[in-house]
Amino acid sequence: MIRVVLPANLRKLAHVDGELALDVAAPVTPRRIVDAIEERYPMLRGTIRDHATQRRRPFVRFFACEQDLSHESPDAALPDAIASGMEPFLIVGAMAGG
Amino acid sequence: MSGVRVLVGTRKGAFILTADGKRERWEVSGPHFAGFEIYHVKGSPADPDRLYASQTSSWFGQLIQRSDDGGKSWQTVGNEFAYQGVAGTHQWYDGTPHPWEFARVWHLEPSYTDPDVVYAGVEDAALFRSSDGGKSWHELPGLRGHGSGPHWQPGAGGMCLHTIIVDPGNPERIFIAISAAGAFRTDDGGKSWRPINRGLKSEGIPDPNAEVGHCVHRIAMHPSRPNVLFMQKHWDVMRSDDAGDTWREVSGNLPSDFGFPIDVHAHEPETIYVVPIKSDSEHFPPDGKLRVYRSRSGGNEWQALTKGLPQRDCYVNVLRDAMAVDTLDACGVYFGTTGGQVYVSADAGDSWAPIVRDLPAVLSVEVETLP
Repeated sequence: MIRVVLPANLRKLAHVDGELALDVAAPVTPRRIVDAIEERYPMLRGTIRDHATQRRRPFVRFFACEQDLSHESPDAALPDAIASGMEPFLIVGAMAGG
Repeated sequence: MSGVRVLVGTRKGAFILTADGKRERWEVSGPHFAGFEIYHVKGSPADPDRLYASQTSSWFGQLIQRSDDGGKSWQTVGNEFAYQGVAGTHQWYDGTPHPWEFARVWHLEPSYTDPDVVYAGVEDAALFRSSDGGKSWHELPGLRGHGSGPHWQPGAGGMCLHTIIVDPGNPERIFIAISAAGAFRTDDGGKSWRPINRGLKSEGIPDPNAEVGHCVHRIAMHPSRPNVLFMQKHWDVMRSDDAGDTWREVSGNLPSDFGFPIDVHAHEPETIYVVPIKSDSEHFPPDGKLRVYRSRSGGNEWQALTKGLPQRDCYVNVLRDAMAVDTLDACGVYFGTTGGQVYVSADAGDSWAPIVRDLPAVLSVEVETLP
């Protein structure tokens, strides 16, 4: 199981508390994680990445294992600690006030 | 007893204010969608319990919410707004070409007859339609394809399509307005459009009388007279008696003819309301006095309405979609401010009282008159 932490606004939209636990086939990548999120929580489609371009929204960041992976390829394999569920994949709203 | 439901969109959520027909004691529900900008909430004339809300965020993009029970519960519906064909370019603020990019939905306009049909006015300017209750959205591309699109430019708030008025007797005729392109009309349900800006005069564009490029802030129409339109432009209050073919200025004795909202009394088609703002850079009432101005003659002669409104040290703004009227007798008038107040007048503007004083900045106000 992959562990995912959503920002508070998206947890409210999806009506979930705490972390998500998702089945994601190997190799675990950001794209596959977002695919799995959108499959289970269709109300989140378009909120993490753009519908048309599939690009991560500019004010959304991907962190894992204390690294900023936002600018890595969405098809790059994530660290083993994410794939094994030892560490969560963090989807974060950029700290931009508001 | 009849009542009203006031739908308020703010910078940090939506609020629903309800009262009976006296409009004196109010219940406040919300915030709904707390933390999100709610640009607009509007109910279906065909089914008042069907509501649509535009929920938007710089972080998480656009969402559309729908309620089938008058706002007690909501479901997320479709949020894919894809321009049809090649999106092309419009003008940026400096006049250079800029790609058409979807940013948000400014205005939702449900059909008079079918609760599942709703129009969406978006930034960058385009008109979308849903016929399945908001699940899917399709652009009416004839508007952007009209030919003048590459010359449109954004107003200070973005290049938004903010006004959608469907002729209640002829759903093939729709009026829309864009900041800062101007007003347009279709007579064939959105297939083809033409600009309706003759008579508008704007400083700040190379040709003050140009066919497009005017910063129209809001248009209002009384449903019984679909050929008569009233417009609050960036500067100037305007009137058309021929469905927008020509316009004439009716600013008359207003202390400033800059402003955002304009609306029409529910039972008196020649009675109209505006909220004058000092200038394009000073977005607050002249002299620190919050005054609604009413004309009972369709413009030119205006009367200040002040009873119950702050008459000193008031520096709020009233945005373009933040005024509405109910259809009770006497007509109720409502408006919300960027300071978070929502005011009601249950006597057509003669006197005012705050329903709420401390909401987040108000972006939009709509009202439903309930049986």
